Amino acid sequence: MIPLSWYLLLSAALFCLGVVGFLIKRNLITVFMSIELMLNGVNLSFVTFAHQWHLVKGQIFVFFVMVVAAAEAAVGLAIIIAVFRARSTLAVDRIDLMKL
Amino acid sequence: MHLILFIVFAGFCLAGAINLLLQTHPINSALSLVVVMCSLAVLYLLLGAEFLAAAQIIVYAGAIMVLFTFVVMLLNAGREERTLGSRAGKVIGFPAVVVILGLIATVILKAQNLGSASLSDPITSTEELSRVLFHELLLPFEVTSVLILVAILGAVALARAGDGERRVSK
Amino acid sequence: MNEPVLLQPLIPLLPFLGFLANGLLGRRLPKALTSIIALCAPLASFLIVLRAAYMVWSGALALPAIELDAPHWIWVGSLHVDFNFAVDQLSLVMLLVVTGVGFLIHVYSVGYMADEEGYARYFSYLNLFLFFMTVLVMAGNALLMFVGWEGVGLASYLLIGFWFQKTSAADAGKKAFVVNRIGDFGFLIGMFLLLANFGTLTFSEIAAKLNANPDWNGGILTAIALCLLLGATGKSAQLPLYIWLPDAMEGPTPVSALIHAATMVTAGVYMIARTHFLYDRSPFALSVVAIVGTATAIFAATIALVQTDIKRVLAYSTVSQLGYMFLGCGVAAYSAAIFHLMTHAFFKALLFLAAGSVIHGLGGEQDLRKMGGLRKSMPITFWTMTAAVFAIGGFFPFAGFFSKDAILYEAFQHGASGKFLWFIGLFTALLTSFYMFRLWYLAFFGESRSEDHHTHAHESSWIMLAPLAILALLSIGGGWIGIDRFGAFLAPVLGPVGDPATAPGGKQLDVLLSVVAVAVALLGWFVADRLYRQRPDTPAKLAAAFPAGYKVLVHKYWVDEIYGAVLVKPVLALSKFLLEWVVDVAILGGLAWILGGIANFGGAILQRWQSGNLRSYAAWLAAGAAALLLFVLLPWTTLLANLGIHFHVAGH
Repeated sequence: MIPLSWYLLLSAALFCLGVVGFLIKRNLITVFMSIELMLNGVNLSFVTFAHQWHLVKGQIFVFFVMVVAAAEAAVGLAIIIAVFRARSTLAVDRIDLMKL
Repeated sequence: MHLILFIVFAGFCLAGAINLLLQTHPINSALSLVVVMCSLAVLYLLLGAEFLAAAQIIVYAGAIMVLFTFVVMLLNAGREERTLGSRAGKVIGFPAVVVILGLIATVILKAQNLGSASLSDPITSTEELSRVLFHELLLPFEVTSVLILVAILGAVALARAGDGERRVSK
Repeated sequence: MNEPVLLQPLIPLLPFLGFLANGLLGRRLPKALTSIIALCAPLASFLIVLRAAYMVWSGALALPAIELDAPHWIWVGSLHVDFNFAVDQLSLVMLLVVTGVGFLIHVYSVGYMADEEGYARYFSYLNLFLFFMTVLVMAGNALLMFVGWEGVGLASYLLIGFWFQKTSAADAGKKAFVVNRIGDFGFLIGMFLLLANFGTLTFSEIAAKLNANPDWNGGILTAIALCLLLGATGKSAQLPLYIWLPDAMEGPTPVSALIHAATMVTAGVYMIARTHFLYDRSPFALSVVAIVGTATAIFAATIALVQTDIKRVLAYSTVSQLGYMFLGCGVAAYSAAIFHLMTHAFFKALLFLAAGSVIHGLGGEQDLRKMGGLRKSMPITFWTMTAAVFAIGGFFPFAGFFSKDAILYEAFQHGASGKFLWFIGLFTALLTSFYMFRLWYLAFFGESRSEDHHTHAHESSWIMLAPLAILALLSIGGGWIGIDRFGAFLAPVLGPVGDPATAPGGKQLDVLLSVVAVAVALLGWFVADRLYRQRPDTPAKLAAAFPAGYKVLVHKYWVDEIYGAVLVKPVLALSKFLLEWVVDVAILGGLAWILGGIANFGGAILQRWQSGNLRSYAAWLAAGAAALLLFVLLPWTTLLANLGIHFHVAGH
C-alpha cells in the first residue's frame, strides 16, 4: 500500500532535479539530458494519475510523450552536432552569438 | 514487498538523477540517466502499466540513450571545463526551483482524495491500451508517425556535412 | 423696434466682406473689379449711415437705436458679455466721420496706389480697418470695443508695414503695434477693475450704476480712469506713447490720412468721451488728462517746427491736435473735443491727401527743402491745401476756428489752472499756425529747389483731386454747425453743455477769446511769411544762432534714443538671455539630455538581459514558471481576506 502521493513527490523531485541540471551543467549534451529527465518525471505523474482514475488515456499520453521525446532527441542532437561543427565547442557559455 | 520494491527503485531513480548532476564527464551522466530510465520502468510496472514499462526500456533506454552515447562519442566530448558561470542563473534560478518544488509538494501533500497503489491492483493490459489507441486516437497516432518522419528528415538535414564544410576532426 | 430698418449690422459687415473678397481673390481679379469691390463696401456703409442720420434728422428714428438682439458672447459665472451694438448720437457722429472720410480716402487710394504691387492687399487691409473701426465705434460694452481697438491696431500694423520689403517700414509697423500694446495693457487693467467693481462691462449699465450712487467719487474710479487713459495715450499717440506715430509715416500716404489722422488715433478720445461718466467722478483723472493733452500739444508742436519731411510735420501736427482733444476732455468739455475730432478729421485728412498729391506729383519726393514753386504746377492741390492750412490755423470762418475755440474757451473757464492751460494752448496755436504756414511756403512758393523734379511735377488725376475738393469744402464749412447745436445734439450722451451767455464773463468773453485766438494765428502767419517768403535765409541764421535748441528740436528731444537705451535695450537683452540660455539651453536642452539619458540608461540595463547566456535565460524561465505556479496555486482571495482586503466576485 503505497500512497500515490509518494509517486507524485518522486515525480516532482525528478522534474526539479532536471531543472537544476539545466541550470548548472556546462556541457550542451548534458543539458539536453536534463531535459529528458524532466520529461520522465512528468511521465511518472501521468502514469500515477492514470492508475488513480483507471484511465487508459493517461498511459496513452505517456506513449505520445515518448514518441515526441524520441523525435525531439533526434533533432536536438542533430542540432548539437551542427553547432559543434560551427563553434567547435560544446560549452554552453561559449555559444552566445545571440547576445546584444 | 511493494514497499521494498518502491523504495529500492525510487532510490535508484533519485541516485541516478543526482549523479547525473554531479558527474563532469557527459558519458557518466548518460549512464546515470540509463539507470534512471530503467528504474522508472520498474515503477511503471508497479503502477500496472506493463506496456509502458516495456516501451520505456525499448525506446528510452534502448534507443534514445544509445543515441546520446553515440553523439557523445562522435563529438568526443571531454570533461566539462570551467567557464564563466551565469550569476543570474544561480541567483534567480535556484530560488525559483525551490519555490516550484515547495509549491508542488504542498499541493500534493494537501490533496484529499489521492488513492494508493498495491500489488494486487489490476494491470492495464496491452489489449486495452491498443483498443483505445487504434479506435479513438487513430488520427493522433498517424500524425505522430508523420512527426517522426519529419524528425528524421530534419535530423538528416541538420547533421549532414555541407559541401566544403569542415569535417569534424580533432 | 421702429419699423424703418436700419440695416445696422451691414455697416461693419460690408467692409468685412470686402476684406475677404479682396484678400482671398483680389490678386486674380482684374484691377477694375478689385477697385469696385473695395469702393462699394465703404460707400454702402456710408450710405446706410447717411440714411440713418437723415432718419434721425427727420424724426423718423429715435436714438439710441439698438437693432440686434445682442446675441450672447461670454456667459461664464457672473460674467455676462454680449455682442451689443448701439447707435446713439455719439456713435452716429463718429460713424459719419469714419465712413465718410473713409470712403473719400478709398477713392483717393484708387488713384494713389494705381501702380502698386499689392493693390488688392492694400484695399483688403483698408476694408478690414473700416470693419474694426465701425465695430469699435458701435460697441456697447468695453470688451467689444476692445475687439475693435485691437483690430484697428492690427490693421494699422499691416498697413504701416505695407511695403514690408523695406526694413524701416516693417520696423515702424512693429513699433506701432508694440507701443499700442503697452497702452492696451492699461485698457485691460481698466476693464478688469470695471468688472471687479461694477460686475458688468456694458456702458449703459455702468452709467446707470453710477447714477444710482451719486456720492461715489475718486478712489477706485480714479484708478479705472487712469488705466483707461493709459490705453488712450497708446492709441491716440499722447505722451509718453506717441513715438509710433511719426514712424508710422512709412506707410502709404492715404493710410496716414485715414488711420493716423482722421480715425484710428481718435479712438482714444472717443473712448474717453464714451466713458465720460467715470471721468466726471474723478477730478484728479480729468486733470491728468488735461495736463497730458496740453503737454503733448506743445511738445509735438515744438518738434514740428524744424522737421523737413512733409509727412513728419503733419504727423507731429496730428499728435499736437490730439493733445487739444485731450485737453477738451480734461476740462470736461467732451462735446468740444468731439467737435474738434470731427473738424480735425476733415482738415487733417485733407492735409495728408494733398501732401500725398504733392509727393505723387514729384515722383516720391518728401523733403520740404527740395520742394518749392508748386503753386503754379499743381494749382488744385495748392488751393485745397490752403483751405486746410487756414482751417488748422484756426482762422475764422474755417472749421478749425470753431472747434479749437470751443476747447480753449472751456479751458479758460475751468478755474485758475484752466487759465494756465488756456495760455499754453494759445501758445501752441501760435506754433501750429507758424509751422503750417512754413510748410505752405516751403512747398508751394518760391523757386523750385528740386534737382530736376520740377520738370515732372504735374497735377494729380481727377480721382485724387475729387476727394481733395470735397474735403476742402468740409474744411471750410464743417464748423458752421457751431458748438452749441453740436453740443445740444450730443447732450443725451455726453451730458449738458454750458451756455456761454450764463457763464462768468458772458458772451463777451467768448468773443474776446476768439479774437485773441485769431490774432495769434495771424501772428504765426506773419512770422512764417517773414522767415520763409521774404527773407528765406533767416531760418538758417536762426538755427546757427541757437545751435543747442535747434539740435534738441531736430533730434525730437532724443525721446526715441532714451526709450531705446532705458527700456528697449534691457528688455531685449533680458529676453535674449531668457530665450537663449534659460529656454533653449537649460530647459529644452536639458529635457533632451534627460530623455536621451533615460533611453540610454534603460537600454544599458535591458541590454544586460540579452546576454546570449543560455543559463540565465533558463533561470528566468524557471522564475517565470514559479511565479505562474504561485499565482495559480495559492488561494489569493483567502490570503488577502486574512489581511483585510476583500473582493467582490460577480455572481457569488
